[in-house]
Amino acid sequence: MQADRWLPKLILSPTLAASLFFVYGFILITIALSFTESRLLPNWEWAGFERYAELFDNERWWTSAQNLAIFGVLFIAVSMALGLLLAIFLDQKIRGEGFLRAIYLYPMALSFIVTGTAWKWILNPGLGLEKLVQSWGFTSFTFDWLVDPDKAIYTVVIAGVWQSAGFAMALFLAGLRGVDSEIIKAAQVDGASMPTIYRRIIVPTLRPVFFSVTLILAHIAIKSFDLVMALTGGGPGTATDVPAIFMYQFSFSRGQLGVGAASAVMMLMTVIAIMVPLMYAETKSANAR
Amino acid sequence: MKLKPIVAAIATTVLASTSFAAEVEVLHWWTSGGEAKSVAELKKMMEAKGHKWKDFAVAGGGGDAAMTALKARVVAGNAPVAAQIKGPSIQEWAQQGVLADVSGAAGEWDKLLPKVVGDAMKYKGKYVAAPVNVHRVNWLWINQDALNKAGGKAPANFDEFFALADKFKAAGMVAIAHGGQPWQDATVFESVVLGVGGAKFFNDSLVKLDPKAIDSPTMLKSFDTLAKIKTYIDKDSAGRDWNLATAMVMNGKGGMQFMGDWAKGEFTSANKVAGKDYACVATPGTANAYTFNIDSFAMFKVKDAAVQKGQLDLATAIMSPEFQEVFNLNKGSIPVRSGMSDAKFDACAKKSIVDFNATAKSGGLVPSFAHGMAVPSATQGAIVDVIAKFMNSNMSSKDAVVALAKAAKTK
Repeated sequence: MQADRWLPKLILSPTLAASLFFVYGFILITIALSFTESRLLPNWEWAGFERYAELFDNERWWTSAQNLAIFGVLFIAVSMALGLLLAIFLDQKIRGEGFLRAIYLYPMALSFIVTGTAWKWILNPGLGLEKLVQSWGFTSFTFDWLVDPDKAIYTVVIAGVWQSAGFAMALFLAGLRGVDSEIIKAAQVDGASMPTIYRRIIVPTLRPVFFSVTLILAHIAIKSFDLVMALTGGGPGTATDVPAIFMYQFSFSRGQLGVGAASAVMMLMTVIAIMVPLMYAETKSANAR
Repeated sequence: MKLKPIVAAIATTVLASTSFAAEVEVLHWWTSGGEAKSVAELKKMMEAKGHKWKDFAVAGGGGDAAMTALKARVVAGNAPVAAQIKGPSIQEWAQQGVLADVSGAAGEWDKLLPKVVGDAMKYKGKYVAAPVNVHRVNWLWINQDALNKAGGKAPANFDEFFALADKFKAAGMVAIAHGGQPWQDATVFESVVLGVGGAKFFNDSLVKLDPKAIDSPTMLKSFDTLAKIKTYIDKDSAGRDWNLATAMVMNGKGGMQFMGDWAKGEFTSANKVAGKDYACVATPGTANAYTFNIDSFAMFKVKDAAVQKGQLDLATAIMSPEFQEVFNLNKGSIPVRSGMSDAKFDACAKKSIVDFNATAKSGGLVPSFAHGMAVPSATQGAIVDVIAKFMNSNMSSKDAVVALAKAAKTK
């Protein structure tokens, strides 16, 4: 019976060691690199906060940060709203639910590269939607957000939402199915209308689901690289640059490993700044219950 | 750091098991059709000399992926014999102390190469890299039919250029076929600077990054010209690949394109003939200048004597007339060494060879800024950001000059 106690630990220990080293070890190395003179190759000469000063003086970094804020907020908010709406509609015990659910979930099965490329063609004014509508006779129709530097970031939101709203829907639907039908029946007996029941009873009980959806969508948003690369390539110009692209280019194309590491650390700090309060609030409220 | 020995240990166990003595491992990213054929020639020549060729091809990202792989290998202390590195990056690698002196194979090179090219291959006076080919960047590709209809005269300066562009526009074409990607924006920009300011100004502003040259009326005028060029580009250009822009010139949808001579490969593979289907001329105002983009192999320090011999043989083979001819016929560029027969090359390449030799003497031969020949990658990147911003916003020329001056200080 001794083996029962130490065997699982023994089997898990290599995985634990590997993830400690390859995840947390590399985070520490990146943080260390961001304080050095590293250029083309790692160089362990201490540079203090110089790399951060360089980073914050870079206009492109601020464009990236701003884009991430716009994209992140809109992407999470719209995916969540749309997902919840679809889930509530699907929850009405309609016919063909399984079929519809599969359709809404299907985009999730694609990689962001495919989504980005397809939407690049759909949104290209000379190729996709604009040309199609114009060829139907509406010659004054224009939809050129993809090539407009001020609006291009919103096309990334559109493509991202298209991909992820179905996933949010699936999570919400699972949550809705978990709501005790006794409560709903009790509310109906009390004379509450369906919209009120949803607003006052069902949606508030979905709180943990909102938390998981936010968590998952937020990390998709912050690390988004492939979608932007495929859809706009960061363009027009640098209009849709996001921190992940910035980090990649500075670390690997431009021989500024130090600045790249500094930007990676800033991304990590953003994740921590958003996630830690969120997780703290969630665990606290769970304990209170 | 603890990491280094571990990475080295992993790398050596993985790689040592596959490497034998006198194996010449070459890192490159020439994996597409004509390019792969060119590399196969080099392999054949090395094998004829009794060496074992080991291909280390890393495709993708215009060399970024290859550079990442190279860094990992060099950090692990297991560099390949040679790697495709060009321009000031050669100096950056040499400063890390990892490049080998191959002067032993370079006896005649000083005579065969223009000085500006030879200097780029040397570190502290010793050859550390071997040049493979020369691409000319300041080419203007014009649809010949459209040009004939518009009077048949290729534009020699920007006034004639814009007059021609107006005619193309009136004929319902996209006057300037362009792909809105930062490197293409930079390619147009450097040709404009060269055309407006001449070779000396180009050298001062984009190679030496002299603040006086950058903050000057000439630079302001260059940005004004670029702004005017912008008005002839269709709005769908954002993100378009360069070869699609070339295709527009080919099928008459577009009038002309600023692009290096790799565009010729597109014309050739579509069975188009220079002088009949398309015209290749120097970009406006740059007939006596030549922006070069030279691919080269940097040689890394190796310990094994047999491999060192292979490295010298590789350098010799790369510069041999046979390889230079075969390689460049496949790739669309021209040989870097002087005194070779141009019999097998096409009209555009012949003109390129003549201009290369003439500008090497006159001083009009300048390194291409947009293609990483002039300044370190960090500075280049910062300047390209400014150009891309200018091309994709309402930024004024004045603000652009100020931003350029700031970007040029990036180290």
